[in-house]
Amino acid sequence: MTAFDEMLLGTEGVRPPYEKFQAWFRKQDPGTLIDKSGEAESLFHRTGITFAVYGDEAAAERLIPFDLVPRILARAEWDRLAEGIEQRVRALNAFLDDIYHDQEIVKAGKVPARLIEGNEAFLPQMVGFRPPAGVYTHIIGTDIVRVGEGEFYVLEDNARTPSGVSYMIENRETMMQMFPELFAQNRVRPVETYPTDLRRSLAAVAPPACKGEPTIAVLTPGIHNSAFYEHAFLADQMGVELVEGSDLKLVDGRIVMRTTQGYQPIDVLYRRVDDAFLDPLAFRPESVLGVAGIFEVYKNGGITIANAPGTGIADDKAIYSYMPDIVEFYTGKPAMLQNVPTWRCAEEDSLAYVLDHLEELVVKEVHGSGGYGMLVGPTASRAEREAFAVKLRQRPTNYIAQPTLALSTVPILVDGGLAPRHVDLRPFVLVSDQVRITPGGLTRVALKEGSLVVNSSQGGGTKDTWVLEV
Amino acid sequence: MALLGRTANGLFWMHRYIERAENMARLIDAGLRISLTNLSAGPEEWHSVLTSAGVEAGYRAKYAAFEPSSIIDFLLRDPDNPSSVVSSIDTARMNGRMVRTALTREVWEALNEGWIHLKRRLGRPVSETELPGVLDLVKRQTAYVRGAFHGTMLRNEIFDFANLGTFIERADNTARILDVKYWVLLPKHSSIGSPLDHFQWISILRSVSAHRAYTWEYGADFRAPDIIDFLVLNRRMPRSLAYSYGMIEESLGYLARTYGVEHECHQIARARTAQFSRCQSINDIIEGGLHEFLESFIIETNGLANEIARNYSFYPI
Repeated sequence: MTAFDEMLLGTEGVRPPYEKFQAWFRKQDPGTLIDKSGEAESLFHRTGITFAVYGDEAAAERLIPFDLVPRILARAEWDRLAEGIEQRVRALNAFLDDIYHDQEIVKAGKVPARLIEGNEAFLPQMVGFRPPAGVYTHIIGTDIVRVGEGEFYVLEDNARTPSGVSYMIENRETMMQMFPELFAQNRVRPVETYPTDLRRSLAAVAPPACKGEPTIAVLTPGIHNSAFYEHAFLADQMGVELVEGSDLKLVDGRIVMRTTQGYQPIDVLYRRVDDAFLDPLAFRPESVLGVAGIFEVYKNGGITIANAPGTGIADDKAIYSYMPDIVEFYTGKPAMLQNVPTWRCAEEDSLAYVLDHLEELVVKEVHGSGGYGMLVGPTASRAEREAFAVKLRQRPTNYIAQPTLALSTVPILVDGGLAPRHVDLRPFVLVSDQVRITPGGLTRVALKEGSLVVNSSQGGGTKDTWVLEV
Repeated sequence: MALLGRTANGLFWMHRYIERAENMARLIDAGLRISLTNLSAGPEEWHSVLTSAGVEAGYRAKYAAFEPSSIIDFLLRDPDNPSSVVSSIDTARMNGRMVRTALTREVWEALNEGWIHLKRRLGRPVSETELPGVLDLVKRQTAYVRGAFHGTMLRNEIFDFANLGTFIERADNTARILDVKYWVLLPKHSSIGSPLDHFQWISILRSVSAHRAYTWEYGADFRAPDIIDFLVLNRRMPRSLAYSYGMIEESLGYLARTYGVEHECHQIARARTAQFSRCQSINDIIEGGLHEFLESFIIETNGLANEIARNYSFYPI
């Protein structure tokens, strides 16, 4: 399987976006660059940009490895992507509004009713409710992979609580600190605008109860959450409060936070707590991460919750395969960004095909994330495939399968120079009074030679991602 | 922008634990110097260090004998001792992480880097020959945090809550150090004037990093009432009880002005500073019983900390 390399053409050539970078790179001393890698690592350690790996007690906090070679996109490449992403996130919001109201798309026969009603991610409590400005999913991280010059596929629409945006910003910060000359030679579009954009987006969806300038807060499960660094980072950069469930309570129809001067109402809550834990009265009763009664306050217009509860139905992997139809249904135009061909194991023919071709497919759990509980057919052992086949037969509706894509590669720095590694891309999108997309996003890279798994919990690293101005 | 009660609490405790880590290093330093003089029987001196640190019970639960090496280990690197340097720096950093949004990048990075360095160094045993270097490292890393804090933080209520943590802890620590040694400073003490006493006194001053400062204020002779005056009433001495309370009252005053309201904690702090001001001579305190004075001072300071927590909603009710 030969992968498309985004930087190098053959042995000598280089694709246009990388021309200036390569010229610079050739003048660098390899030893110095390796030293710089170490320097970058200590910068990240000092910043404390760490994540927790679930189920790994010993390494409570770890760094995501950072690779110095940037991933570079030409302006034209990016503009096309951004246009496709915007179409997709508008469709996602229209889909959510429809699903929680008239379900026209089901009536039109485009999406089967059983995938909605029987779906854990569908919240009956949201039926008939329309959040401020009609926005359901405000913050989205669209996972995109590339297989050729102009061939991009959307792998996942993360419409619940996508993470990684702090890495996008810190990676850029680190690169600018270490190689300022690169930014003088290349005109790279900025990513530091994200926190301001996020703040504006959130402020634009204030609830009816808000008087004057909206008070915004970020809700975190606390310092033991794997993404705590990011929660604190975003609150800090936006200049808003970082709250925990224990700081909040319901008073007179508003959600208020405990301050040194008593209680103050919150207008917009960017929550990084899952639906199930948001409100013990409405959802999981034993949860202490959220605040009792918030859902009722939300429905009465006392607070805006971003993203809205129940958005998970839009990025559900069972729904994913219907996305091309969904996009066309709501935007009236064919989807500009392609979906990866997907077999729904719930369908008998598809299941038979998947079981016959396990060695060439990637099989994923419908509700899984973070690369857990998936089978990568080509790299799995025979025994692993057989064990997975048993699970598949037991609960076929729990799985989808996709072909193993030859993900594009971008070189990483290794001892001997450059070596190609597979990458994906997560641009970050904000939906509010307008759609705001930060140019670039988070490039995740599988550091192990030949590996296709880019997840940080499974040995993936990250790169700074450049979108060139010209 | 509003300040969360939990954030004020985190700032308060972050600074209490930085102060504690630093004071612990000073205490160990004082113990080390005494034991190096050969004038004192080592273990007793170390025993009194444990008492000053308020962790004697925890130590006894773990060790049968007062061995210098196990005492040093317990005070420096034992995670089971909540006041050890390693635990203090861990707790300070955990609180710092929680209140990350209230700190400047410089303060957070100084704290995080200090934590990384100290964790690494204290992860392996420290021999007696390595001890001075390690204690220096502790003092240096905590000084970086303090320096970044003073150099970069906005003078608002965040600064005030952090300062309250520092000076409540400092007042408590200085009082404890004095209380453990008060018998050395009593006039009736039998070996008064002996070389042993001399070193004991210097050790007290050293444990608050003030043996040089003392001579500036009182001359070259170490006299018990002067040492007590220095550590209790002297307002130029940055670790004295009066100075610490002056800072506490000042920070509380800023908070009252910022928020436009006074609480019970203001009255408590004001009553105490007034008592210090009324006190003409340290002999008034010594005659009334130094030990009794210090004991009630420690309890009162603890009560003040609780009142601050209550008045500024540190915890959910």
